[in-house]
Amino acid sequence: MRRPRPMRTLRGVAAAPGLSGGPAVVWRDTAVAIPRATDRSPAQESRRLAAARRAAREQISQLKTSVSTTASPEEAAIFDAHLMFLDDDALLEKAQSAIDAGTAAEAAWMDGIEFFAAQLARLPDPTLQARAADVRDVGRRVLDHLLGRPSAGLDLRAPSVIVARDLAPSQIASLPVARVLAFCTAEGGPTSHTAILAKAWGKPAVVALGNTVLEISDGVQLLVDGSRGEVVIDPDEQTGQAFALRRQQSEKMAASALAAAGEPAITLDRHRIEIAANIGSVEDAAQAVEYGAEGVGLLRTEFLYLDRQSAPTEEDHLAAYKAILQTMGTRPVIARTQDIGGDKTVPYLDLPKEANPFLGWRAIRISLDRPEVFAVQLRALWRASPGHDLRIMFPMIATPDELRAAKAALDRARLDVTASNQAVAARVQVGMMVEVPSAAVLADQFAREVDFFSIGTNDLTQYTLAADRTNERVVALSDACHPAVLRLIDQVVEAGHRENRWVGVCGELAADADAVPLLLGLGVDELSMAPQRIPAVKVIIRQWSYLRAKQLARQALAASSATAVRALVRETPPA
Amino acid sequence: MKQIRLKVVNAAGLHARPAAVFVAETSKFASTIRVRNATTNSAWTNAKSILSVLTLGVEPQHEIEVTAEGPDEEQAAAALAGLITSDFAGKL
Repeated sequence: MRRPRPMRTLRGVAAAPGLSGGPAVVWRDTAVAIPRATDRSPAQESRRLAAARRAAREQISQLKTSVSTTASPEEAAIFDAHLMFLDDDALLEKAQSAIDAGTAAEAAWMDGIEFFAAQLARLPDPTLQARAADVRDVGRRVLDHLLGRPSAGLDLRAPSVIVARDLAPSQIASLPVARVLAFCTAEGGPTSHTAILAKAWGKPAVVALGNTVLEISDGVQLLVDGSRGEVVIDPDEQTGQAFALRRQQSEKMAASALAAAGEPAITLDRHRIEIAANIGSVEDAAQAVEYGAEGVGLLRTEFLYLDRQSAPTEEDHLAAYKAILQTMGTRPVIARTQDIGGDKTVPYLDLPKEANPFLGWRAIRISLDRPEVFAVQLRALWRASPGHDLRIMFPMIATPDELRAAKAALDRARLDVTASNQAVAARVQVGMMVEVPSAAVLADQFAREVDFFSIGTNDLTQYTLAADRTNERVVALSDACHPAVLRLIDQVVEAGHRENRWVGVCGELAADADAVPLLLGLGVDELSMAPQRIPAVKVIIRQWSYLRAKQLARQALAASSATAVRALVRETPPA
Repeated sequence: MKQIRLKVVNAAGLHARPAAVFVAETSKFASTIRVRNATTNSAWTNAKSILSVLTLGVEPQHEIEVTAEGPDEEQAAAALAGLITSDFAGKL
């Protein structure tokens, strides 16, 4: 008899929030023997392959439908590519000539799949490399049909935690959602298919756990904390009970938080902080109101530019802004002028493919180089402004000269609008994003020329720590709780307050449970986040005293790692 | 046989969606159509196969060579030249 192994905790990357626990089901990449020799005639083998492809096509189409209803159209588009691979001319030609030479359909098909997958995997471009997994996914699906095991995969009879190396989109989509408790993968990053689908389904997911997670046996109990990125294997009774309690509390809290979402966020010692929403569409605005947003801290205007062949007209802009402002009523709405980066395709802007899109021609840099396109957006903003508290901010400002040029363009747009006898609001606050470290360093200079700062912590973190947040190998480095980032935030708040400017935070940090007390304590005036996060953040604020948060923030600034900062927050009582 | 050389200006190169549109176009013709990445000096491949086109690894500003041979080779070459030089003319 083997003695049960002691409880262990694995740390990975938090990919989808939430707490869940249950028995593990490990998805092993079982090696199957691929028959090469055959007694059947080539004509028979051809028919077998055709039938298997037909069955696979039907499955993929079904997956596509189910994913487009449960997740997003982008995720569903993956399966369009799979359908094209399934019918690929050259792949079929290769398989057919092998069959004609007397090879079994299984080996003929899989040799063809591997021929293309291996070539794709060798290409320098990471998006093309990633296609290799899709080709193999299609190959495997057809092979399963040829081998007569169409249900190969996971047998989920009871609700389980799915453990795998990484999950191909079709593997995830084939799972019965109702019986999945959580996902744990050895590889993958926060932007992997697993992360995206888990979030869409509201299942906790922890990725990049390393190969140890694959050594777990089926049926072993796991506790998955998708918010902290932790997985407890074989928990002892005490840990299990504590986890169950936390889970219960978090469910209860979510319900009561939503009930109190409409109330302001005020600390125990009566310090109020404004809680706003990040939105990118009219639909989001309605959601923001529902979840208790006191305004829009970040209106991303990129949606107006993407997925179209020509630049949006002034009327296109105006209609969208008016609809959003009407939904928000008299609440403040901060519109950020376009933040299109070199990694997006916008045909009419002729964006070059760049080696370093995050350091390249993006956002305000494009706007200032394309004054005619910029003016269209600015005029529409002015025209939408009467009767509302519309505020305007510029993204990616790195130098005072850029800010002045952007403000001059804004002034010209106002004169254009008033010259044509159209009304504009008497007072429109003008601010800037602080996401480039140079802007944080020169915050005292900028503070004299803006009404407010909004700190974009995602970019500020990746620029400060020189860690690409989309690169899973360095993702652990780009934790916005790092003292280096907190010190920059501290500096910006100080500089802003000295000139009586308010300072907000609109990056993911604003809704990070560990960071909320820190930002409160650093004196940030406004936090802006995804609407769904608002109720929980308000609850956190209400538990803290401002005085204690200020002490905590000072201690955090003296720490030397993000891990130490997070540990400090968790062990500090809120009042 | 018609042979043409074209520069791919699309910001995504000949990946994903552009590759799919390219293959949809070549598949309309009866002629045998082959393509290679001239910039990387790749081998010739089947231009009606999305997998073959993807494996060419055509990045923005790469030049590709296309040959068409068959009854509608003139029309095929003209259509593909139009598609690439117009940056997929609204078909993406």
